[in-house]
Amino acid sequence: MNLTSQPLALPLAAGGAGEHRALIITLFAVFVAATLGLTVWAGRQTKGAEDFYAGGRQFSGFQNGLAISGDYMSAASFLGIAGAIALFGYDGFLYSIGFLVAWLVALLLVAEPLRNTGRFTMGDVLAHRMRRRPVRTAAGVSTIIVSIFYLLAQMAGAGALVTLLLGITSEAGKILVVVLVGVVMILYVTIGGMKGTTWVQMVKAVLLIAGTLLITFLVALKFHFNISTLLGAAAENSGKGSAFLEPGLKYGATATSKIDFISLGLALVLGTAGLPHILIRFYTVPTAKAARKSVNWAIGIIGVFYLMTIALGFGAAALIEPGTITASNKAGNTAAPLLAEAIGGGPGSTGGAVLLAVISAVAFATILAVVAGLTLASSSSFAHDLYVNVLRKGRATEKEEIGAARWATVGIGGVAIVLGVFARGLNVAGLVALAFAVAASANLPTLLYSLFWKRFTTRGALWSIYGGLASSVLLVLFSPVVSGKETSMFPGADFGFFPLENPGLISIPLGFLLGWLGSLLSKEEPDAAKYAELEVRSLTGTGAH
Amino acid sequence: MSAAPTLDPGTHEPPDYRQVQSSAEFDELRRAHRSFAFPVTVAFLLWYLGYVLLSSYAGGFMATKVLGHLNVAFVLGLAQFATTFLIAWWYSRRAAARLDPKAEAIKSRLEGDA
Repeated sequence: MNLTSQPLALPLAAGGAGEHRALIITLFAVFVAATLGLTVWAGRQTKGAEDFYAGGRQFSGFQNGLAISGDYMSAASFLGIAGAIALFGYDGFLYSIGFLVAWLVALLLVAEPLRNTGRFTMGDVLAHRMRRRPVRTAAGVSTIIVSIFYLLAQMAGAGALVTLLLGITSEAGKILVVVLVGVVMILYVTIGGMKGTTWVQMVKAVLLIAGTLLITFLVALKFHFNISTLLGAAAENSGKGSAFLEPGLKYGATATSKIDFISLGLALVLGTAGLPHILIRFYTVPTAKAARKSVNWAIGIIGVFYLMTIALGFGAAALIEPGTITASNKAGNTAAPLLAEAIGGGPGSTGGAVLLAVISAVAFATILAVVAGLTLASSSSFAHDLYVNVLRKGRATEKEEIGAARWATVGIGGVAIVLGVFARGLNVAGLVALAFAVAASANLPTLLYSLFWKRFTTRGALWSIYGGLASSVLLVLFSPVVSGKETSMFPGADFGFFPLENPGLISIPLGFLLGWLGSLLSKEEPDAAKYAELEVRSLTGTGAH
Repeated sequence: MSAAPTLDPGTHEPPDYRQVQSSAEFDELRRAHRSFAFPVTVAFLLWYLGYVLLSSYAGGFMATKVLGHLNVAFVLGLAQFATTFLIAWWYSRRAAARLDPKAEAIKSRLEGDA
């Protein structure tokens, strides 16, 4: 998932940078104009809190499944996985599997009970049976931290992407793009709320799937629909032979990198069902059954998408000289656009230019949509959990609550812009994986215990949220992601002691352990009546909002 | 509009959830959910972690050619996709047959029971 910002010389732009750039910018402007139009239309129908947070709960399972896919398939997974496969072959493909299998946790354990028991946020579910203010505070804090990490990676990625695709290398140009992304996303969320954001996600998902399908079809055509031929050509062209099709090129280097991969795998598979911007999507449908349907659609769409990344990644490896890919971007992030250009007829051809522009515009649309979903998740939690239920102790009118959510959007959007500008030179590779690790260590244990364990208490909830949060963030702080290596955020310093880049292997079991231990050691008796209510409601949908 | 009984606490007593929770009917619903969701979750997590471990520590086995350039690593990776699709389909079918009718029955009784 490396969307690292490598300064580079662009072979992409060799044929005619001006013409590419104009086409990419035009396509992207059309997307922004169309989605802003949709947002304004959705905004007109956004009246109450139910509309702003949950899009009126009237989306169908299919629509929400599409929107979930839009929220989930970030530019990191689109460009990053295709690039990782193009450079490291099989090991790049390993990534996508964890991202997909993770959805089964959401399907079997989380989506339906969450839809049945919550209203707008993850905090709603915890507040059912715990002391409200402390657990809402904890849920709000972890929601905002997870979303900000994720947001930061996307914003910094946006800066890197323009360099890659538009050939804008000036610092001012990159800052301008980050600010622009931030402003458009603030407009989406403040005007359109959940309804507008959901439509943006759907449009983006359709574009992304259509673009990927087109490239996949062209690659398949070239290799006569024979995956073995494609793999063989990729292995040969990569210069690595059959090792390119076997595990180990990326993660097999040392004993530490192997353990790191296991840690990452754990974070990916358990993180998804704890990501706040995914959780709030389950509230946009009328029933738990529709929530189940939407996860099924999402599994189908996301699964097919990741299968297509095989064609994208190995197609790039087979058709483009490996030197060209790394010269364009060390992490391989331009592999998909380069492939689009090559398969469309090669640099300089009209077909190549058009396909390159289409894929680049889709990548921008992807960043914009994901960023909007993340901002909505954090501002919802800020307004609903922290402002209304903690600060105002539940005594705020609906109008005040939506007002708070809109202001929170502007505030969080502002923070994201500033951080994005500041982080654009940093290595952000660890941030998305970190967001997954925090979600898996802090959010998932608390959610599962709340829903399924009758002896869970407030102390258990606080210990697992704060313990999972603190351990994952601290371990990353003292890991090679932050210091001690050439690729670290601060390559000059070395204050690390934790050898792994991903903290999941330690912090996820710790989050579960602390939740259990905190509950055992608490003086407070678990509230049996409230658990009875939560359990009955979570399985039957009685009294669902 | 005729006054359909609701859960609004202003209009009538909320249901006795503890009594519902300990009823045989609810117990059956809970068991139907847990007896599927819990073991299947453990199973697919083990299968996924096993696959990750094989990729890390059994390179030779994973490199075995199966068909043309397709090796064991690919076949197992594609099998992860296949099992994910299958489990999703299997759960949804089961839920529609065994969970939804039970949940629906309890819900309509609770919400209709003023």
